[in-house]
Amino acid sequence: MPVLKFQNVSKVYDNVTKALTDVSFSVEEGEFVSVIGPSGSGKSTLLRCVNRLVDATQGSILLDGRDITRADKNEIRRIRKRTGMIFQHYNLVDRLSIIENVLHGRLGHKSALAGAVGHFTEREKEDAFRILAKLGLTEQAYKRCDELSGGQKQRVGIARSLMQEPRLILCDEPIASLDPSSAKVIMDHLSDINKTMNITCILNLHQVDVAMKYSKRIIGITLGRIVYDGPPERLSKSKIHEIYQSSEGELITDAGC
Amino acid sequence: MPGVSMEKAPIPENQTSVFVVRKRTFTLVFLGVSAVFAISSVVTDYNVIDGFVAIPRAVSWIAENFVPDKKAWSRFPNILEKLIETALLSVAVTVCAAVCALFSALLGTKTTKINPWIGRGVRIVAAFFRNVPDVVWAILLLFSFGQNILTGFFALFFYTFGVLTRTFIETIDEVSANCVEALRATGANLLQTVFQGILPSSAPEIVSWILYMIETNIRNSTLIGVLTATGIGYMFDLYYKRMDYGSAGLVVISIVALVILIETISNQIRKAIM
Repeated sequence: MPVLKFQNVSKVYDNVTKALTDVSFSVEEGEFVSVIGPSGSGKSTLLRCVNRLVDATQGSILLDGRDITRADKNEIRRIRKRTGMIFQHYNLVDRLSIIENVLHGRLGHKSALAGAVGHFTEREKEDAFRILAKLGLTEQAYKRCDELSGGQKQRVGIARSLMQEPRLILCDEPIASLDPSSAKVIMDHLSDINKTMNITCILNLHQVDVAMKYSKRIIGITLGRIVYDGPPERLSKSKIHEIYQSSEGELITDAGC
Repeated sequence: MPGVSMEKAPIPENQTSVFVVRKRTFTLVFLGVSAVFAISSVVTDYNVIDGFVAIPRAVSWIAENFVPDKKAWSRFPNILEKLIETALLSVAVTVCAAVCALFSALLGTKTTKINPWIGRGVRIVAAFFRNVPDVVWAILLLFSFGQNILTGFFALFFYTFGVLTRTFIETIDEVSANCVEALRATGANLLQTVFQGILPSSAPEIVSWILYMIETNIRNSTLIGVLTATGIGYMFDLYYKRMDYGSAGLVVISIVALVILIETISNQIRKAIM
């Protein structure tokens, strides 16, 4: 059974803007899928439909075989607590320490009051430090997040999502704000998590070369429709131009670097 | 520069240049403001020259009459007592209003997504409380409470509540939208999101606004005290009407000193928490 299955999903914002049109695909457990496409093509909407930060207008989305488009409040909370999410702008609480931000990954698993006052068990704290050690952030644990570099902040983002014990991690442009070396560190960590922990990863990416190098499967989206779904080897130059609706020589990938 | 020819770049024709538009706008605004000034001067019978000539006379009159004399200084303990009362009232009002404003801001902000209609309602109510000046609130409340310290309290409370609700909404929307999205994505509920995301990230701005409103309320409570016959405003009114200008002057000086003191303290607090 696929972990995630989109069946003819459409999303229209404010009755006018079509973000997704008739999108269907499914993702098996342990897959590492990259979604590429121009800005505004619906990549972010696609990811946010999975954890109901955005509600799909039509179609059904099956997570572990259960349709989540009609999930109620408790069901949504159950979905979200096992689904990690990583953001382009990291979306940490900048004024809190690294360890507090990592522990935020447990909020969905806790009672409302314990979470609100920040009461975490010793077990959870040990887990948090173990994950921080894995990501090389042990020394920064008590620093405030606004003291960190972009790459370090994104590692905190990864740590927070790992605290959720996720089955699936959604990454919305995880490396778009990072320099090339931090970007590599982040991509290596994500790839490692996917392989060693068997967590399914779906990434939105702007860098076609990165997508082709790291993932075994690429989905290309243009104007809210899937125009490519397959391995990177079959993704030809002309197909890339079709995805980005450009002609030969107009893309940075054509520059040959 | 290789690749850039030295030929003149073509300037698009049939299109008024940005620079011309900007100059034209500036001229029109200047003429407009001058016209408004001229018309209002004529209507209100105000003469600029007379106005400015009167300034030195006013200053010398103040200097002659409002300098605290010996009699004024003998009243200083009374003045100080009322001053402290006024300051404490302002702090109490601001803190109460801030707590209420925080709750209504959480209902009114788009970040928490509680309900768009409740949000709109809160924003309208806050706008109403804010746009009725506190002095007008005081005059209205005089009918219900009479010349009483409660009148001043509620007048300042309503106005402060309106201002703080609006600024808290803006702060929360601006500062915490991103981390709230992330916390919701982890499955955190509203209470957890507020305490773990919204409050930690917007606390410095919220405290800063509360301090600012305490300063403002100390100033405003003077004027309201004149109306409600309480606090330091009442002292000023009393001395002024008795033509005891020296004492009235001392009241003004002590208010200014207090406001500067409070401003200095709150600037220190701001520096420490930012």
